Amino acid sequence: MLLEVRQQYTFYGVLLYVASTIFVLYLSMGQPEGAVWKGLFWMMQLFICVNAVAKSFLQEGKERLLYFYSIAGARDFILSKLLFNALLMVLMSLVSVGLFLLMLGDPTSDVLWFVLIGSLGGISLSLVFTFLAAIAARAQQSSALMAILGFPLVIPQLLLLNKVSSIAFSEVQGGLAGMIGLLAALDAMIVALTVILFPFLWKD
Amino acid sequence: MLRHSWWKILCALLLFYTIVAGFLGPVPALPILDETIRNLYFHVAMWMAMMITFIVSVIYSIKYLRSNNALYDIYALEYARTGIVFGVLGLVTGSVWARWTWGAFWSNDPKQLGAVIALLIYLAYFVLRNSMTDMDKRARIGAVYNIFAFAMLFPTIWIIPRMVESLHPGGMGNPAFDTNDIDSRMRAVFWPGAVPGWTLLGVWITTLRIRLSILEEKRTHSNV
Repeated sequence: MLLEVRQQYTFYGVLLYVASTIFVLYLSMGQPEGAVWKGLFWMMQLFICVNAVAKSFLQEGKERLLYFYSIAGARDFILSKLLFNALLMVLMSLVSVGLFLLMLGDPTSDVLWFVLIGSLGGISLSLVFTFLAAIAARAQQSSALMAILGFPLVIPQLLLLNKVSSIAFSEVQGGLAGMIGLLAALDAMIVALTVILFPFLWKD
Repeated sequence: MLRHSWWKILCALLLFYTIVAGFLGPVPALPILDETIRNLYFHVAMWMAMMITFIVSVIYSIKYLRSNNALYDIYALEYARTGIVFGVLGLVTGSVWARWTWGAFWSNDPKQLGAVIALLIYLAYFVLRNSMTDMDKRARIGAVYNIFAFAMLFPTIWIIPRMVESLHPGGMGNPAFDTNDIDSRMRAVFWPGAVPGWTLLGVWITTLRIRLSILEEKRTHSNV
């Protein structure tokens, strides 16, 4: 079911987008300090996610969706979408963490932790946006709707991620496990809801 | 007549009791809070009424998805709308209270932020509904989003604000529903008076709106 890997042009497009945005950031900001670095990083992640994940539903034409519908059930379809988008975002997060470290300097105290948190954040953002893209694709005017629906929905996650990453920035790492657990629980809730609710969106 | 409208009379009586006893009744004298503790009857009770209307709304959304009965969709929509009204009222009463105790209407407290985010998520529900013209699709997608929005209420107003430092009562050693802070005289107004009073008011408003929108529905259908 993961035949979307074939759509490589999307992948390279997003990759180029990531690289050029971070380069522009570097040109205009130089090497900012911790808090700014963190803020910029999550904003970048957000926009990458909107760009990468939104495409996954919006690009598919009616015929293609019908084709997918005929070869797989709604649940399999949405699960594979979630999986694919999560993988895509992990990859993108890794790339952007790398580029951030390269260009904007390294204010983190523990890079490994931050890489982990970055990819976790990427996964959670991608899950939310996959669900939203599914909704937005059913309602016609989609990209504007994505933005309206998406931003309030991701704020709690971004707040959590910000919190988690500020723990990673400081030397004392108390409470990290609890926060990560909460984030994982939130992700699990979103996946469960998506899998339960998607069949209702799907039938037409 | 009495058989159908007893709860409306009860609602009016309860709110009357809440307002009279809430402003005139005895309250424990606490430092800083002083008389603002009376806000419990309004602010906290309104949040509870909001939570109850949202729960009812999500139940109707689930019912809609199971039965495809358009009536349930109207119920879900109108309950969510009333919930928003109570949410805004709760926010306003809370920030008036914060003006006197924290010193500012708005201080970016995690609880305030969480509440605003939750309301934004629900406002997006109305935007989403208005963006579609097909009735059936609107109802179905609206119901799906409503369930999702309800699920997001928990992290935004119940979980995350509790994990970070907040000035809001109920956390970080600040007083709230403690036996030291709220005595039985206040409980006697809060639980039997304020909470059911505001909730019944919400139900009342909602049933009026539901009847209105069913009438509108009928009229548009008869015109076509």
